[in-house]
Amino acid sequence: MSEINSTTPWQDLTIGGNIYEAGNAKNFKTGDWRSVKPIYLSEKCKQCGLCFPVCPDDAIPVNKEQKREDFNYDMCKGCGVCAKVCPFGAIEMQ
Amino acid sequence: MSIRERLSGNEAAAIAMKQINPDVVAAFPITPSTEIPQYFSSFVSNGAVDTEFVAVESEHSAMSACIGAEAAGARAMTATSSNGLSLMWEMIYIASSLRLPIVMSLVNRAVSGPLNIHNDHSDAMGVRDSGWIQLFSENNQEAYDNLVMAHRIAEHKDVLLPLMVCQDGFITSHSIENIELIEDDLVKKFVGTYKPEHYLLNDKEPMAVGPLDLQAYLFEHKRQQAEAMRNAKKVVLEVSKEFEKMTGRKYGFFEEYKLEDAEIAIVCMNSTAGTTKYTVDKLREKGIKAGLLKIRMFRPFPTEEVAKALSHLKAVAVLDKADSLNGAGGALFEDVISSMYVSNIHVPTVNYVYGIGGRDTKADDIEKVYNDLSEIVKTGNINNPYRYLGVRE
Repeated sequence: MSEINSTTPWQDLTIGGNIYEAGNAKNFKTGDWRSVKPIYLSEKCKQCGLCFPVCPDDAIPVNKEQKREDFNYDMCKGCGVCAKVCPFGAIEMQ
Repeated sequence: MSIRERLSGNEAAAIAMKQINPDVVAAFPITPSTEIPQYFSSFVSNGAVDTEFVAVESEHSAMSACIGAEAAGARAMTATSSNGLSLMWEMIYIASSLRLPIVMSLVNRAVSGPLNIHNDHSDAMGVRDSGWIQLFSENNQEAYDNLVMAHRIAEHKDVLLPLMVCQDGFITSHSIENIELIEDDLVKKFVGTYKPEHYLLNDKEPMAVGPLDLQAYLFEHKRQQAEAMRNAKKVVLEVSKEFEKMTGRKYGFFEEYKLEDAEIAIVCMNSTAGTTKYTVDKLREKGIKAGLLKIRMFRPFPTEEVAKALSHLKAVAVLDKADSLNGAGGALFEDVISSMYVSNIHVPTVNYVYGIGGRDTKADDIEKVYNDLSEIVKTGNINNPYRYLGVRE
């Protein structure tokens, strides 16, 4: 499927906005919905692994060593669930 | 050889659906269209069709099931009337915006309230801007023929829009008339197999239907729908021409009845055209040059063609079987008037709202309209362009 973006004229869009490929939710950046932002305080983090399973999107990347990294704000809607479950105060909402 | 039969309008619609043999029919009974799914479900039980019949719990679900089926890659049909269509309303727009060529048999009935089960066109007029192609049918033969042509128009790659075939509730749906049916194998060949380019059940191409469509995209998708509606004009003519080759029955955007040399004319849709033809013949015997323009294709509206067809007249009456309750004219009137204005054609034109809630419209009523037109020609005075026919006052 060819690239479609907000400058594509109507003649070149698929009908009804159909998407003829799978696995494209990651292209939909929902981070701009956020009104508050989680800050990752790595010095307090014990890598307990409680935060990333509760993220409703894909905003907490986990690397090959099974360690969480800093937030991917493209996907973070600022819901604050991760901050709530963190037992060590390693996530602060601002 | 075609088959001569006598059928009601609902039977004719059901027989057309049987011959089309769609993959899915989802419908909910509502007067006066109830018989269509009723007859059709007996065809399913008897094994006359291979259709999956979905007995849904509401019209909203009927249209939803048709949308799901059509998106999956199946050919889907339904039938409804009046408030059934009202309950479908949300999904009516989804069907057209997702570009799913669903075909509906709409048996026109007044939308309540107060509660009324009889014929007018308020149901069809309520969805006139929803992006469905709308074909109107004078009699049982036309209701049948329009359905046979429907999928070819709706499924055309330049169109891909849903289509409804309208006929008048009770007046044609429950009246038995002579009809010429096409042989099963010819209908099958004419309609063809549905081969969508993209569909959900295609395991070679995963796809998403109906994604979020915000400020950056919805406008362009509506522009596409508008273009598809314009493209439908060409396709309607092509399919009608092919249909004529098969049956000898000629269809266009509209039918001009003794219009060519007419001085005064009525514009109307569905069964009233039959009454009007009878009246035209009667007036012609008296030397009155009366004519009729019967609209078959209301959506897309054939603007230039209508304006041209009416351009030589001295006075025109547009008959609306639904009151738009807008302080101005009915929907058909407004479309005719704007078509003429844009084409820079000025003919004195008046609107009559008539036949609301099944109020009988007799030849005498139609004759009164022609008499009014003759008066307008004589005096040059329109007085009130927004008129009523047959209301007590």
